[in-house]
Amino acid sequence: MSAVAPVMDALDRRIINALQGGFPLSDTPYQDVAEGLGIDEADLLARLQRLLDTGVLTRFGPMFQIERLGGRFVLAALAVPEERFEAVTAQVNAFPEVAHNYRRTHRLNMWFVLATETPEGIDDVIRRIEAATGLPVFAFPKRREFFVDMRLQA
Amino acid sequence: MTTRPADDLDRRLVLATQAGLPLVSRPYDVLAEQLGISAGEVRARLADMLDNGRIRRIGAVPNHYALGYTANGMSVWDVPDERIVELGEAVGRLPGVTHCYERPRALPDWPYNLFAMVHGKDRASVLAQVEEIATLLGSACRARDVLFSTAILKKTGLRIG
Repeated sequence: MSAVAPVMDALDRRIINALQGGFPLSDTPYQDVAEGLGIDEADLLARLQRLLDTGVLTRFGPMFQIERLGGRFVLAALAVPEERFEAVTAQVNAFPEVAHNYRRTHRLNMWFVLATETPEGIDDVIRRIEAATGLPVFAFPKRREFFVDMRLQA
Repeated sequence: MTTRPADDLDRRLVLATQAGLPLVSRPYDVLAEQLGISAGEVRARLADMLDNGRIRRIGAVPNHYALGYTANGMSVWDVPDERIVELGEAVGRLPGVTHCYERPRALPDWPYNLFAMVHGKDRASVLAQVEEIATLLGSACRARDVLFSTAILKKTGLRIG
């Protein structure tokens, strides 16, 4: 992904900050948010669509805590030989269970999050990733969650 | 906190919204039509799922890079297991830490059991925050590292079904 940030104006930033939580469960939630920002609903919807299209926002909607729905999230890592990095990225990303994947500065240079609908699904997808890549997967399931808040000021 | 087991409607709501909430004036009406229930039932169930933590929040997920948070450091620490709760909670309260978890070690390759993600606008600010964690942990820290992300290879979020 390019580190070049798409152009955003002050209103885009206000929209992003206003929408990072507490979206109303009302009949016309976008209208309610737009009023709070002092803009038209149509303007809010158009800007939201543009922020999604340009990749400033990766998603807009409910953020599910899959463990509370019976599923699992597991952080996993691979030590990928440099000359195979691109090929292994394609292999790993092809699994729909891979929710995010980052390159990181370490011998374990590929870190991804697996999300499955059942606890057993994790072991299965790990085996399939190992078979596809020929590399051992290091799994780091969370034992305890001390803090999670992904909101960042735009 | 959770009072009832997840049911089929929970699952169908995940499927209907995992790609995103409809960008239309009455998004819950659209979901209601898809799911064959009333908009009031959709809203009541979403409220219930927020209350019991099945939904953390409803909102925008920004690409950190696009917001200028180009430095993303996964700081990892080896601390005594018997102090992990006290130390993890303290680290989680520091500003700039967006996630903090206990995870298993993978010896001998990986001695770390405490993971704290730090986001910043450059590596120097992330490293300054990592030093604050080090100061807080003091002699409880037996080994440490920080892994910066150098590329987002995929970011689609949860997909089921």
